[in-house]
Amino acid sequence: MNRTYDVVIVGGGPAGLAAALAAKREGAERVVILERNQEPGGILNQCIHNGFGLHTFSEELTGPEYADRFIRKVKEEKIPIFPGTTVLAVNADHTVTAMNSREGIVKLRAGAIVLCMGCRERPRGALNLPGFRPAGIFSAGTAQRLVNIEGCLPGREVVILGSGDIGLIMARRMTLEGATVKAVAELMPYSGGLKRNIVQCLDDFGIPLKLSHTVVDIGGKERVESVTLARVDEHQKPIPGTEEKISCDTLLLSVGLIPENELSIEAGIAINPATKGPTVNERLETSIPGIFACGNVLHVHDLVDYVSEEAAAAGKNAARFVQNGNQNSKGKTVVTVIAGNGVRYTVPSVIHPENMNENQKIRFRVGTVFRDVYLSVYLNNKRIRHKKCRILTPGEMEEVILKKEELGSDLHPEKITMVVEED
Amino acid sequence: MYDIIIIGAGVCGAAIARELSRYEAKICVLEKEEDVCCGTSKANSGIIHAGFDAENGTWKAKMNVQGNKMMPKMAEELDFPYQQLGSLVVCTDEKRRNGLEQLLERGRKNGVKGLRILEREELLGMEANISDGAVAALYAPTGGIVCPFEMNLAYAENACTNGVEFRFSTRVKEIRKREGSMKGTDSLLPAGYEVICETKDGEKEVFTTRFLINAAGVYADVIHNMVCKEKLCITPRRGDYVLLDKTAGMHVSHTIFALPDGMGKGVLITPTVHGNLLVGPTAIEISDREGTNTTAEGLLQVAVKSQKTVKNLPMNQTITSFAGLRAHEKGGDFILGEASDAPGFVDCAGIESPGLSSAPAIGVWIADLMKERMHLREKEHFVSKRKGMVHPFSLSDEEHNELIQKNPAYGTIACRCEKISEGEILDAIHRPLGARSLDGIKRRTRAGMGRCQAGFCTPGTMELVSRELQVPMTELTKCGGNSKIVVGFTKEEAKRR
Repeated sequence: MNRTYDVVIVGGGPAGLAAALAAKREGAERVVILERNQEPGGILNQCIHNGFGLHTFSEELTGPEYADRFIRKVKEEKIPIFPGTTVLAVNADHTVTAMNSREGIVKLRAGAIVLCMGCRERPRGALNLPGFRPAGIFSAGTAQRLVNIEGCLPGREVVILGSGDIGLIMARRMTLEGATVKAVAELMPYSGGLKRNIVQCLDDFGIPLKLSHTVVDIGGKERVESVTLARVDEHQKPIPGTEEKISCDTLLLSVGLIPENELSIEAGIAINPATKGPTVNERLETSIPGIFACGNVLHVHDLVDYVSEEAAAAGKNAARFVQNGNQNSKGKTVVTVIAGNGVRYTVPSVIHPENMNENQKIRFRVGTVFRDVYLSVYLNNKRIRHKKCRILTPGEMEEVILKKEELGSDLHPEKITMVVEED
Repeated sequence: MYDIIIIGAGVCGAAIARELSRYEAKICVLEKEEDVCCGTSKANSGIIHAGFDAENGTWKAKMNVQGNKMMPKMAEELDFPYQQLGSLVVCTDEKRRNGLEQLLERGRKNGVKGLRILEREELLGMEANISDGAVAALYAPTGGIVCPFEMNLAYAENACTNGVEFRFSTRVKEIRKREGSMKGTDSLLPAGYEVICETKDGEKEVFTTRFLINAAGVYADVIHNMVCKEKLCITPRRGDYVLLDKTAGMHVSHTIFALPDGMGKGVLITPTVHGNLLVGPTAIEISDREGTNTTAEGLLQVAVKSQKTVKNLPMNQTITSFAGLRAHEKGGDFILGEASDAPGFVDCAGIESPGLSSAPAIGVWIADLMKERMHLREKEHFVSKRKGMVHPFSLSDEEHNELIQKNPAYGTIACRCEKISEGEILDAIHRPLGARSLDGIKRRTRAGMGRCQAGFCTPGTMELVSRELQVPMTELTKCGGNSKIVVGFTKEEAKRR
C-alpha cells in the first residue's frame, strides 16, 4: 500500500465505487478504495433480486450485476481496491488508519476522504422486544446473507417484524425457498418500504401485512417456537387483549437502518440527529473540511441509483478539494436548509450559494404519510416552490432542485425552509 | 471411579474445580449445558460487591468480603478483566439517611474497608449525572466489576489445564448412594455415589465417585433433594437487565445502587469492564428454572427505577436486554458444606448475589474442606497461572503488527462493532474447553456483543466454526441442544450437494 493518496475512499460498496470513479475522472490521480470485505460491492453482493439500475442504466439488474458494472469501470480506471481492509480511524488531519492481514496496521495520508461506510440494521435489542432469546431471530439482512451467500435456510415458518424493504424482499425470498411467511407486522399505520415491494413481495404471494402491530413476546427456549403479535394504539403502545400467538421457528427483523458513523463520530464530525449521518453542505462535505460523505452512511436511501449519483457528486467534490483546497473561506454567504413542518430532514443542511452548481439537489423525507398536500420551499420568507403532491410517505425519498440564480446573493438569502402545507 | 465429581460448571463449580485441581485427585465436572457459564453465572450484574449488604455472621457476608479481597490477585493470576471502580449506595430521601448509617455499620462489622458516607456535594463531584434527588451516599472503594464470562472461563480453563475433566451436555437425572464404605479408608468415609446422567443424544451414562459436590445453581435443591432427607427449596428470582451501547458507558463511573427501601432493592447502574452501561435487575419470583425471558413490565421497571438515582440515562442507546435467574434458597443464606445426612455429599447451594463476588472464597473454602476430609496431597506441578485470550487492540501498534505478521488471521476483522479479528475467534475455538457454539464464541471473544448484535458477523463466524470443527453449517447451534441457527440448505445448495 502506498502511504499518500489524493482521495481515500472508506468503503467499497455502491457509494465507494461511484465516488472513486468520479474522483478519478475529475482528475484525482491517486485514488484508493479501502474495503473491509474480501470483495467490493458491499451489500449489493447479497441482493440477488432484480430491480437495480432502472435510473442509472435504464435496465433491471440484480445487485451483483449492478455492482459489477462499477467494479469493471473502477478496474479500467486502475483504481486500487484493498480488500479485507478495515478502517480503524479517520482523523480530522486527513490521516486514515487501516488494518489488513497482509500489512497489519497502516496509516495513510489523504488529500481528501470520502466516507462510504453504509449502514447497519437495528437489532432486536434496540427495540427492547421482550421474551426469550433463542436461535431463529435474525435481522433481515443477516437472513438474506445466509440464504443468498451461504446457501442456508434460516427457518421454515417465519414472522417478519417491520416492513422495510429488506424485510419485504426477504418475505418473498423465504417463500421462494419453500418457507411459509405467516405475517409481516408493521408498528406504524403505513409501511416503510417501497410500494412496488409491497405489491411484488407480499401481495403477489398472499402474505398478510399487519399494520399497527408489533411483537410483544417471543417464545421458545432453544429455537423460536412462537411470536406473539398485538395491535398498537396511536402512541405505538400494544393494546391489551389484541394479542395473537403465531407458531413459527423464525423471526426476521426489518426495523430500520442506522448509518454506521462510529468512525465519523470519533473523527469529530458533526452528526445530524434526524439522519444519524454527518451534516453536509452543498458539496456533501462534512463539518471537517475535505472529508465528504455519501450513500447510506450519509442518510439511508431507497434506491442504489440515487446512492451512485450522490456518491459521484461527493467523489467529484473530493477531487476538486484536492485541486483547489478548502472552499469554505470566511465571508461567503451561508444558507441554512431547514426541515420545517412535516419534513423530517434534508440533505444538505447548509448551502454556500457561491459554491453551488447550476442545479442543487435537496433530498428529504417526510415524517409521516401525507395525501393531497403541497410541498413548499421558502427562501427566507418568500415561497419559491409550491408543488402539489398526491402522496408523500416516509418510505420514499423525495427531492427538489434549486437553481443557482434563485439564491443570488443580492437576495440576501439566509435560510431555505421546506414544509408540507395543506394549501 | 472419580475421587470428586462437581455438578455444575458455573462460576462456583469452576472455582471449586480450580482450587481442587491443586491436589492429587481424579476430578470431573458434569454440566448439563454445552459450555461453562450458561446459567446464573452468565446473566448477572458482573459486580464484585464490597460486602456491606449481607447480615453480619452469614456465609454471604463472610464469603463476599473474602472473595472481594481475593479478587485483584485472582484477576491477575487467571487473567480476567476486573476493575475496582468503587460503588455508591445513593439515598434520595433525607428521612431515610439512617439506612446509609446502618449499611456502613454492617459493612464495618463484616470487615469491609474504606466505607464512608458522602454528602451531596462530594457525590456530585464524583458523579455528575447523579439524580437531583440524591442527598447522600455510602461510598465503598472496594466495590468492583468483572467480566463474569471470562472469570468463569478462566477458572474452568485453569482447572482443565490442571487435569480436571469436563463433561458437557450431561444432565444429572438420578443419584444413588453406594452401599458400604470405601475400601482402604477409615470407616467414616462414605462408599461414594453413582451419578446417573443423560447425555446429548439421550444416552444414559453412569459416573461413580467418592465425593460429590453440588454446585448446580438454580437446580441445586433438585440435586440436594435426590440425596438428602432434609430438603432445600430454591425459587428462581428473575432479574431483567438492559445493556446500553459503549457511547453511554461513561454516563457513570462507579456502580450506583439505590438505598433499598420497603419496595425492595432498586436497580443498579454500572459501567461494564468493556465500557458499556448495564442497568438492572428487577427481582421477580418465578417457578420455571429456565425462565430467562424478559417481559415488557420488567423492562419498563428497569427504565423507571433507574431514574431514581441517575438522571438523563440514554435508554435509547439500548443494544440488548436479557434476564438472569438468581438461585434464592428459602433460608436466605448460602448453603455450604457436607450434608448432615449424606456423608461425602457437599453442598454449594443457594448461591445468589453476592455469589459472583464470593466464588473465589467459596472455591478455596470447599477445597480446604475436601483436602481435610479426603487427606488430599498437593500436586507437584500445579499451574497456577492462566493466560487469557490475546486482545490485539490492547497491544502497541508495533506488537500488534508483529502478531499479524506471525498470524495474519489477527489482521482480518470478523466483528466490526467490537473489533474482533478472525484470529481471536480461532483462538476461542482451540483454547482449552474451546467454544463450539456462537454464544460460546461470543462469551470468549465478544464477537457479536456490540451494537449490531451479531447482525454482520454471524455468517462469517459460522463459517469459521464450521471449518475449524468440521461441522456442517446446518448443525451449528447458538447455545447447544436444539438451538440450531439454520434449519437446512437452500434448494440450490441442497442440489449442489
